[in-house]
Amino acid sequence: MALDTASPVTGTQPPVPGQVPVRRRPAGGNWWPPAVAFIAIIALWYGIAGIFAAQGRPFLWPAPHDVLFALVAEPSAAATIYPALLNSVLVAVTGLVIAVVIGVIIAVLMAQARWVERSFFPYAVILQCVPILAITPLIGAIVGYNFAGKVVVTVIISLFPIIANTLFGLQSADRAQRELFKLQRASRWTLLTKLQFPAAMPSFMVGLRNAAGLSVIGAVIGDQLMGQGSPGLGSAISVFSSRIQAPETWASLLVASVFGVAVFLLFGLLSRLAVGKWFDLG
Amino acid sequence: MTLTATASTPAGVGSATLLDFADVAMRFDTGTVALEGVDLAVRRGEFVTVVGPSGCGKSTLLRIASGLETATAGTVSVSTKRIGYVFQDATLLPWRSVQRNVELLAELHGESADERRRKAAAAIELVGLTGFETSLPKQLSGGMRMRTSLARSLTLDPELFLFDEPFGALDEITRERLNDELLRLFTEQQFAGLFITHSVSEAVYLSTRVVVMSGRPGRIVKTFDVPFPMPRDPDIRYSAEFGELVGEVSHALREGHR
Repeated sequence: MALDTASPVTGTQPPVPGQVPVRRRPAGGNWWPPAVAFIAIIALWYGIAGIFAAQGRPFLWPAPHDVLFALVAEPSAAATIYPALLNSVLVAVTGLVIAVVIGVIIAVLMAQARWVERSFFPYAVILQCVPILAITPLIGAIVGYNFAGKVVVTVIISLFPIIANTLFGLQSADRAQRELFKLQRASRWTLLTKLQFPAAMPSFMVGLRNAAGLSVIGAVIGDQLMGQGSPGLGSAISVFSSRIQAPETWASLLVASVFGVAVFLLFGLLSRLAVGKWFDLG
Repeated sequence: MTLTATASTPAGVGSATLLDFADVAMRFDTGTVALEGVDLAVRRGEFVTVVGPSGCGKSTLLRIASGLETATAGTVSVSTKRIGYVFQDATLLPWRSVQRNVELLAELHGESADERRRKAAAAIELVGLTGFETSLPKQLSGGMRMRTSLARSLTLDPELFLFDEPFGALDEITRERLNDELLRLFTEQQFAGLFITHSVSEAVYLSTRVVVMSGRPGRIVKTFDVPFPMPRDPDIRYSAEFGELVGEVSHALREGHR
């Protein structure tokens, strides 16, 4: 009764290697519908800017080329916007890393027993419902209205999707898969590392992607609310708009949006790299 | 392959008896009685199949044998630690290749990478999946997934092999082919098999003994010895004797269900 005495399959046709179809996404994809929409949006933007200009209030709605000019050719604006971007990136990344560490730890603890989950999950939900504006003074008073305060705001805003999605992912391994491990008397740690963590990856990546988007929002809002420390994009937007520097204000907004979109795309790519091989991300 | 078999055979049980149920009952916390007064022994070289209506506790029987559940009454003796368990689904880990899925159990037992690879390669060859080692489960057909699942259990070199309706979700042709392969494995490896199924003809074809269970609470209503010699000719399915036995088992099944 040994596997070593393996004999070839007889009486049946073994499946032939290399005939397995692998689904592929079309390379390139359809790029032109968003391109057409982009042109339409720019045209609409010019149209509205023209109306405001005709009313003698161009400072309310600058034309696209004014915004672009502020962004690339105006040294004073650039000297504010790009360092501000860097500061906001720093806040967002720090906040996101902390949110991931805390969120994963909380999710792992909740996944260990139903009663832990039932006891603490409601508070995770409450955390998500906290009006961030209302607790800013509290955060500022405790950790300061500077970098630390902005990071705390970012963590609070981006924590929930990490907890919820990681927990869901950890619980996604079905009963039979758990029993497969149980039959071999696998430890809780083995179950976690060899079954639950890998099973949780697709869901975790969804949470990470959402949290990353929220961390950008958190960094910008936190910056606006805290107002001390190195100024970020939030401060830049506030300062420019208070001086009625419309192109500069819009330029800052544009940079903040591109930052958000870049983060979203980056984490989409990361998901694909991490789990795309075995999980259908759609 | 050197896996230590623990011969903790209790007195009174024959040396070749790997699984022995004596007056076993199972009552769940909900009050449902799944099994009642079940006596069943499986010896080395026997392939016992249990047929019964849905919800009669067939799977519970298997779960008790494997240690996933504990019987609420009676005695259960299992005299080996090398127990293979094949689930209804293939239960493969979708992020692992065929090779890495088959290696899993040896990995959980802390065996060396060399040892794991060697066992997995042998088991993959036994189920005819050579060439698919790097495929992911989602790239495989249902039948191939089940082969992978079989290979995974085979790495344990099981003395007692438990099957929980493993081929129920497969199409007829794949099912018959896997039945043949399972019989080939059985004659080669000489394990003791306990197989749960809905299909009477599958039961008769595979086993040396067919056990018919009644509806809930599950009791054994009749046992049939299958006289056909091993290894079995696939064409035996179309013989008159085979059909007659299938008829008798089906009849007992209907009687027990009433």
